[in-house]
Amino acid sequence: EGGHGPYQPHEPGYGLDQPGYSPYEDEIPDAQARMLAIKNAKAYLLKTSTKSGLNLYDHFATILTKILDEQPANTVDIIETISQDVKWAQFRKKMDTLRDEHLIPPTFEAAEKCKALFIKEAGEEEHEELDEEMGEPALPNVMETAFYFEQAGIGLSKDECYYIFLAFKNLISVQPIQTCRFWGKILGLEMNYIIAEVQLREGEEEEEEREGEEEETVAEEKEMGEGEEEEEQKEKEPEPPKSTYKPPPEIPKEANGTGTNKYVYFVCNEPGKPWVKLPPVTPAQIVCARQIKKFFTGRLDAPIVSFPPFPGNEANYLRAQIARISAGTHVSPTGFYQFPEDEEEEEGGDTYEENPEFEPPPVAEMVESLAMWAHHVKGILKQGRCVWINPAQKSEEDEEEGEEEEEEEEEEHQEETGQPLLTLISEDEGMKNIPAWTAQASTNLIPEYSIAILQSNRWPGAYAFASGRKFENIYFGWGHKYSPESHTPALPPPAEAEFPSEPGITEAADPTVEEELAFKAAQEEALAEAEEEEEEEGEDD
Amino acid sequence: MEALSLPAALSLVAGGGAGLSPELRAALGASLPLLQRDYRFERVWFWGCIQGVRGAYYIAQGLGPDRAAPRSRLYSLNCLDWSLLTPATEEMLALAEEVKGRFQGDPSFEYSLAEINPEAAARLVQSGKEPVMKEEARLIATIEQIDRAVGIVPRGAFVKTPLGSVHENRHFEGLSLVEAKKLSSYFHFTEPTNLKNKTLLEKADLDPSTDFLNSLEHDIPQGKGSWSIQLEKGGSVVVLRSLLWLGLTFYHVPMTKQFGYIYFGTGEKNLDLPFML
Repeated sequence: EGGHGPYQPHEPGYGLDQPGYSPYEDEIPDAQARMLAIKNAKAYLLKTSTKSGLNLYDHFATILTKILDEQPANTVDIIETISQDVKWAQFRKKMDTLRDEHLIPPTFEAAEKCKALFIKEAGEEEHEELDEEMGEPALPNVMETAFYFEQAGIGLSKDECYYIFLAFKNLISVQPIQTCRFWGKILGLEMNYIIAEVQLREGEEEEEEREGEEEETVAEEKEMGEGEEEEEQKEKEPEPPKSTYKPPPEIPKEANGTGTNKYVYFVCNEPGKPWVKLPPVTPAQIVCARQIKKFFTGRLDAPIVSFPPFPGNEANYLRAQIARISAGTHVSPTGFYQFPEDEEEEEGGDTYEENPEFEPPPVAEMVESLAMWAHHVKGILKQGRCVWINPAQKSEEDEEEGEEEEEEEEEEHQEETGQPLLTLISEDEGMKNIPAWTAQASTNLIPEYSIAILQSNRWPGAYAFASGRKFENIYFGWGHKYSPESHTPALPPPAEAEFPSEPGITEAADPTVEEELAFKAAQEEALAEAEEEEEEEGEDD
Repeated sequence: MEALSLPAALSLVAGGGAGLSPELRAALGASLPLLQRDYRFERVWFWGCIQGVRGAYYIAQGLGPDRAAPRSRLYSLNCLDWSLLTPATEEMLALAEEVKGRFQGDPSFEYSLAEINPEAAARLVQSGKEPVMKEEARLIATIEQIDRAVGIVPRGAFVKTPLGSVHENRHFEGLSLVEAKKLSSYFHFTEPTNLKNKTLLEKADLDPSTDFLNSLEHDIPQGKGSWSIQLEKGGSVVVLRSLLWLGLTFYHVPMTKQFGYIYFGTGEKNLDLPFML
């Protein structure tokens, strides 16, 4: 009734409040023994670990110092991490008297390169005067284009755009360029590509072609010399039968300045790195590029391992994909370009000029109807060129081939026609139920200032915008076409037919035993008759 | 990626050419904090954007106190009005594997399963439902697949407490430049599957509080893997791009706490990956 004590014998706490009977009595002795116990505990804490050389006492002291200095919130929740960090901080090699080599991370090198872009050269003032005489500036306004595309949410960061702008300026000062455009960016596994579409001044292209031809003739002469030596060796040994396989005639590439090679492309991995010119594209490369699908690595000299084997390395594959993307997705508002009135409108017309009377339609119309946009790059035929060429024509020059073979080849090649230039994009076929293009306005909230945006569904990553008289195409992506089905690699061709029949090769059944005996008997009869005749003749004499 | 650091993060990810227009950015800046308030999320992540043929879906994720718990996902067509998506079920995931092709851009669009997979359609009819798959369900399943397959975080960014819940590691200072180039420094932020398959020797080196997830080293195809690691701006940003789901970009600034991933793409798996490497 009166509280808790005194406890009765039958209650659990009986007797514990008496000195000498509390629960820990047997463990904590008197004061002196207590001091000894404390000293033992401290000595235990000071024991150094055999593994790490630390001791718990110092470790706790350091942790507590650190916590009291830094005073983080909710310390008890992160106490283990703090303990780990303190331990890691202990492991500093104080034995090395050598200073660590000052590591220059690659960040600074890249920053140097970017800074170099900003430096204006001393001789630039002269260049500026010359440019004014030449006419329109060749430098494209990359920042303006970037602004318009940003309204659609497409584009690189502003910093990168500005670096690209400066890199273009460098390109123009180095190469003889008439017009220049930022084509886009293709992503790769290790590095990316920034691509510039360029038209060189006319004189410069001819010089390069001549250099190319000279290189080819030198190479041919070398091959001829080697061939003669091999023939001499071969005459001694019996030759295996030669195969009658003749590869299909090589389709010549289009001349620089026309068709797929209308523009010259320069690439660099990052703004600040030197620009590299891509070689012109051949139809064989385009045909092969249609059959393979490979990621770009970022190195132009990387080999392309594929089936069918790609005739070239990554630079050629890149150039082929650029050609396909340009042909498939470069569009402009209908009526912006027109065929020149002087020339007759041929189906193979490749030239177009700006229409001075072009009235830009309102944005709403541009978005609603795809007929307001037109391709201004010629489509690529199945052959791999923009203008069809009959490969049999070239074979007439070779006098070695027989006439029969020429006739056969002419029958096989049918003339291919593609869509003429300036076709409306509303005629582009879609895939299954997906249209080839998606058109949107950049904003529905402020229609006065919205621009029309086109996205290609056949080449994901290709965009175009139009706003008044301004329009532009660009590509940001991995460089591959969209296909609703999975990519199926080409199957290997069927095995070659056997060698043509020759007496040394044709199979013939060995004669059976009966046939051999019969043949032997016939021979003996013939011999016997011959002997009889000789005997008769001899008798006559 | 974190809603608060969205502008800075978008400029780091812009190397792929995809981003958001200023209008959408402004809209997100206004609507994501409201989401956090309305749904009482602790964190809101802007997940990315799936391009449909006629429109795009913008996706946000909300996280509760346990970051590894199933996340709430919301979608919007204009970055202003958000609708909650139901959690993904295994059935949805299985059906979504069958449906191929682009998203249409209309959430109520229905894919007719009878054409695509008659067996699944028959099963659905038997259980009393129509043999169609709604685009919304496909969206849910696709987001779940992408998160499971390629949603990654740097090693050490998250810690697992002894109670099993997962939190951000406040002591995470960022990966060093050397570590950031290795695939083994990044983890999939999903249920680990092959931790048990590691040998005892490997497990001895692991730290159970930070190494509780699958690392990227074992992603098929092995060797080159299904990731492209690039250092941009001379090493000040590490960008990982997934090759399996083209459009997923992960960024991390070494030696800082900044990291995140975002998806800008068509929402289709790249099944041609083995041919393309």
